[in-house]
Amino acid sequence: MASCKGLLARPVGAVRGHRLGAIALALTVAITGGLYAAGTRQDANTITLYSGRGESLVAPLIEEFQRETGITVAVRYGGTAELAVLLQEEGARSPADLFWAQDAGALGAVANGGLLRGLPDDVFAGVPTIYRGGRGLWIATSGRARVLAYSPTAVTNDGFPTSVFDLTDPQYRGRVGWAPTNGSFQSFITAMRVEHGDDSTQRWVEAMIANDVQSYRSNTAIVEAIAAGEVAFGITNNYYLLRFQASDPDFPVAQRFFAPGDTGNLVNVAGVGVIAGSANTENAERFVRFLLDRSAQQYFTSEVYEYPITDAVAQNPRLESFARLLEVSPQIELDRLEDLEGTLALLRRAGAL
Amino acid sequence: MVVPLGYLIVRAAEADAATLVEMLWRRRTWVLLRNTLGLTGGVVALSALVALPLAWLTVRTDLPARRLVTLLAVTPLAIPGYVMAHALLGLGGTNGMAAAVGITMQRPSGFWGATIALTLYAYPYVFLNVRASLLTLDPGLEESARSLGYSPRSVFARVVLPMLVPGLIAGSLIVALYALGDFGAVALMRFEVFSFAIYTQYAGAFDRVYASALALVLVLLAVGPLILETRLLGSVRFARTGSGVARRQRVTRLAAMKPVAILFVAVVIAASVGLPTVSLLYWMGLRSPWGELPRLIAYFGNSVAASAPAALLAVVAAIPLAYLRVRYPGKRSILAERTAYLGYAIPPLALALGMVFFSLRVVPFLYQTLALLVVAYAMNFLALALGPIRSQLLLAPRRLEEAARSLGRSPIAAFVTAILPVLQRGILASLTLVFVMAMKELPIAFLLAPTGFTTLSVAVFSRTSEAMFAEAAPYAAAIVVFSALFVGLMLRYEGQEINEAS
Repeated sequence: MASCKGLLARPVGAVRGHRLGAIALALTVAITGGLYAAGTRQDANTITLYSGRGESLVAPLIEEFQRETGITVAVRYGGTAELAVLLQEEGARSPADLFWAQDAGALGAVANGGLLRGLPDDVFAGVPTIYRGGRGLWIATSGRARVLAYSPTAVTNDGFPTSVFDLTDPQYRGRVGWAPTNGSFQSFITAMRVEHGDDSTQRWVEAMIANDVQSYRSNTAIVEAIAAGEVAFGITNNYYLLRFQASDPDFPVAQRFFAPGDTGNLVNVAGVGVIAGSANTENAERFVRFLLDRSAQQYFTSEVYEYPITDAVAQNPRLESFARLLEVSPQIELDRLEDLEGTLALLRRAGAL
Repeated sequence: MVVPLGYLIVRAAEADAATLVEMLWRRRTWVLLRNTLGLTGGVVALSALVALPLAWLTVRTDLPARRLVTLLAVTPLAIPGYVMAHALLGLGGTNGMAAAVGITMQRPSGFWGATIALTLYAYPYVFLNVRASLLTLDPGLEESARSLGYSPRSVFARVVLPMLVPGLIAGSLIVALYALGDFGAVALMRFEVFSFAIYTQYAGAFDRVYASALALVLVLLAVGPLILETRLLGSVRFARTGSGVARRQRVTRLAAMKPVAILFVAVVIAASVGLPTVSLLYWMGLRSPWGELPRLIAYFGNSVAASAPAALLAVVAAIPLAYLRVRYPGKRSILAERTAYLGYAIPPLALALGMVFFSLRVVPFLYQTLALLVVAYAMNFLALALGPIRSQLLLAPRRLEEAARSLGRSPIAAFVTAILPVLQRGILASLTLVFVMAMKELPIAFLLAPTGFTTLSVAVFSRTSEAMFAEAAPYAAAIVVFSALFVGLMLRYEGQEINEAS
């Protein structure tokens, strides 16, 4: 009997035809449904935001803004880098009104491409230098400090470096982690170039490599490696550890600043700018102002563990005070952090990339 | 496929040759290149070592729970890369899972860490391809060999294994292209490969000119395995020539080898599915996922609305390509089919940017519509659809169409009535592969999805990128569960076929 089930003997399209047909039908329904879902187009009361910031952080703010103003915000979530490249590729044809990025470099690249429109002067009133670009094309929405994360079990009290330059000391050999492909790290290198010059910076990078620094994919990976006992120190951003500790209070990592004014304490920013081709600048600027407003700033510091750009909000007890942040951070204008090309070339020459 | 390639060439042409030489012509490039080739070779070899026995055990032996094992062996495809890598990393270290039960081990890293991580979620490509071949194999061949006095072992080595070559090669090709291009898992394992350079250029410098030039170098690297595969498959014939009907598959009794087989399967499944599941459950346990449910359902709908049509489109495009390649092998058909593989070798971000470039200039009304996203997915994953279909075609005798033609059918009708039904297993495997991969795809969704159209994979990314693993876990789990259900559905359908025959 088995032979009847063979290839040629099978009546074509009988039982199996029905099943394939059912699958095809299901797919067709999915296609039509999907096309319908995509058919929602925007109107004058809608602004389009390209957000390099994660949905879980952004969504509550968007809902609040929509409730307050009645303006609909259509959001495209993505990696900051991917969206920056996309904006360059779209050029004048971009449907975006706003770009909200995780770091200054991406905003700088988009601004240098002539794709940002510039913000009204009053937006910058009262904002500290470390949060301002000189050209007024975009503004920081929150700050994230570079810190030294460490393992409290592996490091004794006298083992802390006072400057990021001390990490080339033999006592730190093989015990430090960094993330050379990461945007915040590269901004920090740019800051070092601005403050100390290309030669000292390259010598430092080479000395770090000679001191067997361990490379990781991202800041998260550094913090995890410290917890796992793979390295004792890591140079990273301040908020990753706090987010780990939010879900696991016993997470075995701690962090601190270098000495006040050290380049290792650079304050990186997340920032926002209005796209040059926006047909809806008035509503876009309303959104920018909303992000700089007290309630949004309070949200950034209380829920996202970042530093506000103003001291008019209540301090998050797990973060340093606003005054202390201004004291420890090196005073560098954001615009001066834009030369990423130069930083990448330096990191390549030094063998870090 | 010409669109993204053309885009890369247009963009790369803007590069300044001196800068490009400075980027590429340094000692480190050779280190990266050596690492890349080593990794690719390692992953291909290890995947074959895992997938071949697994496919044979689940198709041809009396291994217990074969259907379940098959399902679990395909499941790793559905596991997002970050989950797999974090699961492996979470195994070692002073706060790792192994330490919790009293074993101190280092966290995996470097060449072996990267090879194992990639193998664990790439071996199902080989598994699916080989399995499709095994299911179609005519046992008559083996019986003839046995009757000629060969031992079971030499029958396997001389008859079965050679017949599995097309499937094995098709799967390995995909694995090789995948290993060449992967950045995420490899970077987490701290093994530095060529894709490193491209990633840095896009993500570090927000630069599309030099990144395009580097991506072209990666595409050139991919040409190597493509030519190799063409050579290997070139002149071999696999279809059965005997008249009459293929007999049903015989089941090999494992007998004394059964415990060994079960141990092997258990280790593979525990590492590739068990570890990531434990890691996901751990993250889910940190935070109640139920509040996310309405959003999760909406995003799931979006993911399916993009992935299902993409799977269908890729298969519809793959059938004629594979058919022409197998039945009318000439320069043009081979070139067309090879080009399809390049779609998989182009870094997805570059492919998506190519589509942005093209659609804004030529079909602006399609820009950021679901239709364009589906087309981009289909192009990216066409290579995945080709493998299983082509392997099945190679096993289908030409006489099938000839018979249909002699009965007065047109060439197309002959194809539809005589060949299409034979390809069903291959088609199912192809649909499954493309669907599952599209469900977790990321960079193309970033750039080409309609604005506000968030998929599960984007939801996962926008949480993990902020180190919010607990918040990401329900979405990642949804990708795994729904993809596994889809695979299960396909296997069930296929299973009925086998049951009918028994």
